Formats: sequence, C-alpha cells, structure tokens
Amino acid sequence: MNAIAFRESADIRTAARARVAALPLEELNPSDPQEFVDDTVGYMFERLRREDPVHRSHSPIPGIDTYWSVTRYRDIMQVDTTHGIYSSENGITLMDFPPDDEQKLKMFIAMDPPKHDEQRKTVNSIVAPANLNNWQDLIRERTAKVLDSLPRNETFNWVDLVSIELTTYMLATLFDFPLADRRLLTHWSDMATANKLTNPDAPEPEVRMAELRKMLEYFTRLWNERINAPPRTDLVSMLAHGSATRNMGPMEFMGNLVLLIVGGNDTTRNSMTGGLLAMYENPLEMAKLRANPALVESLVPEIIRWQTPLAYMRRTALVDTELAGKQIKKGDKLAMWYLSGNRDETAIPQPNRFIVDRERPRQHLSFGFGIHRCVGNRLAELQLKILWEEILRRFEVIEVVGAPTRIRSAFVRGFSHLPVRIPG
Amino acid sequence: MVKVTFIDFAGGAHPVEVPAGTTLMRAATDNRVPGIDGDCGGNCACATCHVYVDPEWSHRVGARTAMEEEMLNLVAEPHENSRLACQITLTDALNGLVVNTPEAQH
Repeated sequence: MNAIAFRESADIRTAARARVAALPLEELNPSDPQEFVDDTVGYMFERLRREDPVHRSHSPIPGIDTYWSVTRYRDIMQVDTTHGIYSSENGITLMDFPPDDEQKLKMFIAMDPPKHDEQRKTVNSIVAPANLNNWQDLIRERTAKVLDSLPRNETFNWVDLVSIELTTYMLATLFDFPLADRRLLTHWSDMATANKLTNPDAPEPEVRMAELRKMLEYFTRLWNERINAPPRTDLVSMLAHGSATRNMGPMEFMGNLVLLIVGGNDTTRNSMTGGLLAMYENPLEMAKLRANPALVESLVPEIIRWQTPLAYMRRTALVDTELAGKQIKKGDKLAMWYLSGNRDETAIPQPNRFIVDRERPRQHLSFGFGIHRCVGNRLAELQLKILWEEILRRFEVIEVVGAPTRIRSAFVRGFSHLPVRIPG
Repeated sequence: MVKVTFIDFAGGAHPVEVPAGTTLMRAATDNRVPGIDGDCGGNCACATCHVYVDPEWSHRVGARTAMEEEMLNLVAEPHENSRLACQITLTDALNGLVVNTPEAQH
C-alpha cells in the first residue's frame, strides 16, 4: 500500500487508542461517524466490552441523544432473540423522527410480528435454495465479464468498477429492473441511507425525499405493469401479487423498496471491498487460500464477520427490563453493536485476526439473529463466493495502492473508494 | 449412547452415535454431518438446522416451542414435520431416530 497513506492511517489509529483510553467512560459515543471514517471505533468497543458492556451512551446529534450500547456477543444475541421485549417498530437506526414524519420509512424490518412475518414471507422464496441454484450461472457469467474488463497496470477504484457494478447488476436482476438504468438503484440506495444530521455532505432531507419519490414513481410503473400480468418470480411481481403486500400504501411500498435495495446493495458491496482489503493486508491468509481454493467456503463468512457491513441494529424496549445488570426503561433505545460482538474474544477465538480457515466461521453476528435475520444471506454468500473463485482463477495479485476512503456513517460500515492496481 | 440417522436431500444416510443429552443439532455438527449449519450455535435464532422428522417419530420427539414456530417462518419449504434440530434433545427414548435434511439451509 502507498507508504504515506498507510503511515497516516496508522498515526490516526495510535492517537485514537490513546484518546479513547483517556476519555471518561460516560463520554464514549460509538455512534460518532468520525470514528467510522477513521476506522477507530474498535478501540471504543474494546474498552466498553471490558469495562461497561451495556453502556449508557450519549450523542450530541439531535434525534439520537441517549441510547444503550450493547457490545458483547451474548447480550446482543439475547436482545436480538427477544423481540417481545425489544421491538423493531420504532425503527432500526438510532435516529428518531417526529411521529408521522415521512422520513420514518415503513418497512417490514421495522415491524414486529405478526405483520413482519407476513410481509417477510412474501419475499422469502426469491432467495430459496432452488432459486439460488438457478442464478449461479448468471452470477458467474457477469462476474467473469466485469473482472475481464478491468484495466491493467493502472490505478482504479475497486468500489466503483467491481463492488457497485456486481451488486447493482444482481439487484436489477432480482427486481427485473431495466439493466440500462441499473445505476439508479445505486443512487437511490445512497439517497436512502443519506443523513444530513450525521453527514454534512449528505443532501438536505427534502432533496432526499424528492429522490426517493422518483424511485417510488419508477417502481410504481413496474408494479402497474406486473399487477396486470400473471405472477412472476421477480420481487416487484411478488410484492404486487402477494396477499400480505398487494394492498400496501405508497409510503409502505417505498419503505420496503428501500429495505430491499439497501439490504441487497450496500451490504454485499462493502463486503466485496472489505474482503479485498483484508486479503491484501493478510498475505499469509491469501497464500493459504491460493494453496487451497476450497477454503473459499470459510473465507466468505470470515469476510462478512470481518467487515460487518451493518455495524448495528436498533431496538426499543417495550417494558422495563434488565440487561446484564442494567435497568432498561420502557421506551429506551438500544444499539446492538454487531461490529463489537464480532470482535468479542469470549465468543470468537482470536477475533482481531482475519483467518480464512476458522473452525466455526459462520458463528458471527453480521446477519443478525432471530426473526429479523437477514433474508438475503445465502445470496450474499453466493455472490462473494463466485467473486473470489473468479478472482483466484484470473489474477496473481490485486495491489491495494492507497488508503481506503470510508463512509461517514455509524450504520452502513463501508467504503466509497479503494484504489487498486492489477499488474500484467 | 443414542443412535440417530440423518438422510440428506439426495437420499444418502449419515448415522451417528452421541451421548444422551446432546441436541440433535450438535449430533450433526460435532460429527460433520452435511446439511446442518447451526450458525447461531443452538440458540433457536437462525433456522439453519432445519430437519424433517420421520412421521413415525413425531409423537416421541414432541411439539415445537413458540420461538421455534416463529423461526420456522424463515426456512424454505417448511412442512408439518419441520423442526429445528437445536430444539430437540436426544434421550434414550429417541434411540434410532431418523430425520431428513432439506435441499439447503436458508
């Protein structure tokens, strides 16, 4: 990696470790997006897991304010699997909106049973094993095409040419969305997760909502086409014909579109980038994989653990309760920090090492646990598996030639830029 | 010891023997039986240890728990005899149990 860029990021990390160690415990705020830009939030989590694993955290950002940080693997598992106490109805991110504010999107990930279960079932079958088998060849063909078209001996942005391109292609296929317009999906995904309060560079809320309304308009056209045709196996047709979803109002349709677009886009995109970076930073692991390509099976879940592309999910307490000795009051919000649980040495051996042949690589929190567990997890794994198989087949080395640029968000943990170069 | 047999989707039999008190999920993962993932480690939280219990054994295996019922909403191809293997503890009464594994865990 570019020596100067690398040294700079190492300096930031050393300084961050000292700063976090010196802060009074009550001032630790892992939702500070700057910690994610600098990739330093891990020091905060290390300290919280050790000293105060269920922590009363305060954010200066209005709408986030006070929340509980749940940082240990086991406590996260408990919250995630107790949906009768820890509800999703107030949303899955820490930001609160006034009631009836249209920015608070209605989507099934932010619902409790029974409505959650009914809507989720509608889309479940698109990622069923039989369907995944059908897609394998198509995914491989596209992945090969994208990799074969990459420039040689020049620096390019892996995020744009590979991660975004492949995930957006897949998403367009799931929706049976016009392929020529596929980058609109990327754009809407970025709009959906944009937040002016946590990122000054993000668009104003009105601009964001206007863009999302354009998305709704576009998809309403597709919906109208498909509602008048026999049911097919794309997501729009499934929603239009599904008994639990066909009567959704426009804002609920918008919310569920955002859920499917962000869920199928931002997450795998960032695992595709994070995986490449991790492999470059761990040459011995890369050598293991080259010597035994069958390790792709355990490499993929390890990448997903390592990246943890969604750093947390929020829950809201429905009643007064207790968690790890702390009194949680009805209405309190909690962040289940998957990123922290995935580095908890009491649950995962040597969690700060990236190991391609871990004994139990699938035991990680990145997909969540319980009834809201990621619906697309197998598809995500399939996409990553094919990507790595095709990389191994083609390239001896992909050099990371500079420091990555990380996204200013404590929720989507990802990258906007990773400069790489393929010799040859 | 309790003997159980997992039949995979292609029809292959995988017999294993485990001490009484072991869960059916651990019986599979400890013996590297293919087709059972157990991603959550046995917390009834991932639905990746889905099995179909041979109807002859249903009454002895017992009923689903409430949480299991909810998690079975997540699996592909749920049937009346669907269970999560982590919620079945193997006792001597279950010696000889036969279960089928699905095409794939979701």
